[in-house]
Amino acid sequence: MAINETQRPDIDRIPVSLTVNGRTVTDNVPPELTLLDFLRDWLGLKGAKRSCDLQVCGACTVLVNGRAVSSCTFLAFEARNAEVTTIEGLAQNGELHPLQQSFIDNAAFQCGFCTPGMILAAKSLLDQNHHPNEEEIRAYMKGNICRCTGYKKIVEAIVAAANGD
Amino acid sequence: MTTTVGKPVPRIDALDKVTGRAAYVGDLEIPGMVHGLILRSPWPHARVLSIDSTEAERLPGVLGVLTRDHLEGIDAYFGSVVRDRPIVAMDKVRYQGEPVAAVAARDLATAQEALELIRVEYEELPLVSEMEEALVPGSPALHETNLCAEQHYDWGDVEEGFAQSDRVFEDTFTFPMVYHYALEPHTSIGHYTNQGITVWSTAQHPFLVRSDLARMFGFSLHQVRIIVPYLGGGFGSKSYTKMEPLAVALSKVAGRPVRLALSVEEAFKTVRRHAARLTVKTGVKLDGTFVARECLIYLDTGAYADNGPLVAGRAGERIAGPYRWPSLKVSSSAVYTNSTPAGSFRSIGAPQAAWASESQVDIIAHDLGIDPLEIRIKNMVSRGEEVRRGQRPLEGDPATGLRLAAEAVGWDDEAAEESGRAVSSALVTGKGLGCNLSGVGSSPTSTALVRMHVDGTLTVLVGTTELGQGSRSAMAQVASEELTVPMDSVDVISSDTSIVPYDRSTGSSRSTTLMGLAVQDGAIEVKDQLLELAALHFESPVEELSIEEGQVLCRGESIGFGELIQEEFGGVAGELMGRGYVTPRSHGGRLAQSPVFWEVGISAAEVELDVETGAIRIPHYVSVADVGKAINPQQCEGQDEGAAMQGLGHTLFEEMLYEDGQLLNPNLIDYKVPTFAELPDKLETILIENGDGPGPFGSKGLGEGGIVAAGPAVANAIFRATGVRIKELPLTPERVWRALRRARGQD
Ligand code: FES
Ligand code: FES
Repeated sequence: MAINETQRPDIDRIPVSLTVNGRTVTDNVPPELTLLDFLRDWLGLKGAKRSCDLQVCGACTVLVNGRAVSSCTFLAFEARNAEVTTIEGLAQNGELHPLQQSFIDNAAFQCGFCTPGMILAAKSLLDQNHHPNEEEIRAYMKGNICRCTGYKKIVEAIVAAANGD
Repeated sequence: MTTTVGKPVPRIDALDKVTGRAAYVGDLEIPGMVHGLILRSPWPHARVLSIDSTEAERLPGVLGVLTRDHLEGIDAYFGSVVRDRPIVAMDKVRYQGEPVAAVAARDLATAQEALELIRVEYEELPLVSEMEEALVPGSPALHETNLCAEQHYDWGDVEEGFAQSDRVFEDTFTFPMVYHYALEPHTSIGHYTNQGITVWSTAQHPFLVRSDLARMFGFSLHQVRIIVPYLGGGFGSKSYTKMEPLAVALSKVAGRPVRLALSVEEAFKTVRRHAARLTVKTGVKLDGTFVARECLIYLDTGAYADNGPLVAGRAGERIAGPYRWPSLKVSSSAVYTNSTPAGSFRSIGAPQAAWASESQVDIIAHDLGIDPLEIRIKNMVSRGEEVRRGQRPLEGDPATGLRLAAEAVGWDDEAAEESGRAVSSALVTGKGLGCNLSGVGSSPTSTALVRMHVDGTLTVLVGTTELGQGSRSAMAQVASEELTVPMDSVDVISSDTSIVPYDRSTGSSRSTTLMGLAVQDGAIEVKDQLLELAALHFESPVEELSIEEGQVLCRGESIGFGELIQEEFGGVAGELMGRGYVTPRSHGGRLAQSPVFWEVGISAAEVELDVETGAIRIPHYVSVADVGKAINPQQCEGQDEGAAMQGLGHTLFEEMLYEDGQLLNPNLIDYKVPTFAELPDKLETILIENGDGPGPFGSKGLGEGGIVAAGPAVANAIFRATGVRIKELPLTPERVWRALRRARGQD
């Protein structure tokens, strides 16, 4: 269950400093506050979504030091000193990231609820492996669920982004 | 010429959705909003003796508690067909997870604490978990009776038909309880004041929610406003009224807006698809001609009717398949049990019906030694033929679609080899087909407003909810095409009942066809007005005018749409408005006959089975959709691919499991849905475009057909690979392995 801690008394808070989408954020967070709630409720970054809340669906995926993590089960204080990237931080100076453009060109989303997490997971994959084959894409991405697209167009979007087309 | 229809143009919500800007109900912050949580029944069937919420009410930070004792002035019951569902439990609870009380508090932690302070005394009642027991006379009853609805229809004389048949087959199939799992669980923000209600909600049919809330809370329609932002998937789970009355009633006791955001576990306890038991008796001639069919269908509708009665009706119609029946007799019932209420889910009743019907067609084909493709084609209704007595004749041609699917999956090679090609000692492969025909479109009731602004751009207002299916983009394409303005000059506002005109619902594959027509009509009205203004401007009869790329042309001269509006209204001001009304009487009455159109669902699967483990892999899967005309081919494919994968989910592993009335797997760890790992090596969608649909530019809807025939296509492939027929879904490795062992006499 999501507990919005925003208004609870200041007991046992942990001081944290981290960067979120390139900006430094300093705060005192309760130990049990998840990174997802921190981003959504404290920082107002609503791009990461909550669905399963169990580290299965990947809707809450964000990048912590470049690695895709499920922010629903990742504690906010564990991100101290880390660089966190959310979907809001992906486009640079109004320019879409190639994966964002590729998701549009390949119709790799419908409702869009999985999309922020999907794109960030794909980014984490491509940062580690510039030219994954289809099998590697399917294997890496299986922690991100999409109930709308049937996945095919997402695979195509990632392949296209990796090939730079 | 600007042409957008038929092109894979990007969706108009694309930027919002890839940048995280797209706001869903759970992302909204309404001023003064507090948080709600629900206390749910631990018992599947129990009398509620007493509820004491005084302690909870006294907890600091709690703004209101809702129980059956706080419903004064509210009509507490709702339901799309039968009003049997209370906002919170009244005299008894009928399923584990049923809302009993709710708390609004300034934060969720306080709300959670308050829930734990509510004391409820229950008296357990005997449980009804199976449909069979539910219908035994004298068994415990959930409602007055456990029979929620019963539909019959027949034509011809089946008894005579069976007497004339050379062979009669009778088989019983079961279909599991499955859950939609739209990634976004149901979320509603209710705001009650004594002047009216505003609700932001994940509602597919906002206008139907509006009428329910108006009735329940005693308001007129103009006092109730339902706003639906982007939806994180629906698939039927968000159709009709779900959590909205509870959010509003809670707001009424709390005196401020309350957000009720369900968890996935709670969504599992809100709505699901009907489990089914279907017995099909079919009489045939030795040459494979179908003579008579009799079907007995039981659908488990759970604790409340929701859309069960309609689902029973549709399952009954859809079990005839796309075939010609000289005689047919169907009885289809929805039965109450102590489980999550079952409602609409992508193509209501059809996957259950097709599972039975199409599996049996293969049983018959095998027995008669006829190719499964040929026996289908032989009996298939063709264009112009009456499909069901009194209903609209078929506008499409399913036989062509089926042949295309078969060809794509390499059916002929398979037929030549007969069956069961062994890949290695443990792996065998087989191919299977499935097809169905569903009357869709619901009722022809949609309206739209097309506004042309003084700069020639458009705002289109529709009551179609954007669930992900791309309706806003399709509507923009229709308006753009009709008025020759570019796509980026069109915005579409959807689903705000105080702003957009009426639409009945978003479901049954109806929006592109019916709302599409309304938008097209609205655009044509704007065009007519532009031509009138241009006739004045050019002092020339309308017949000499034409429009192109946002201009009206006349004898080599041209004037922009915006300039015409300015000329009429004076200065940079004014706008034109076009209305679109789709009603049973509009369009010369051609939409009145039911159904609006016939949607095919055609699948062909190549299956690889490990006979030692029972594990199934799908190397190749083909789905065919007849779309009349693809407004946006890329989005049409996406709809069909998504539907196909969802179908493979209930075919291979999805199943809600109950034990003693307790749902065992209401979470994504224990309830598995398809992931990238299950994506067939090759997933193919074939779109048929004959321009024969009733929608704009000859289009007809899609989105549901792709889910329908997955089950039988895969099971038929397993049969061809192994000779083993499985009549229960899902085809889990364990079930398949056991069936194989039984067939080998090892059990
Ligand atoms: S919400 Fe975090 S993985 Fe599903
Ligand atoms: S686009 Fe809806 S869940 Fe992926």
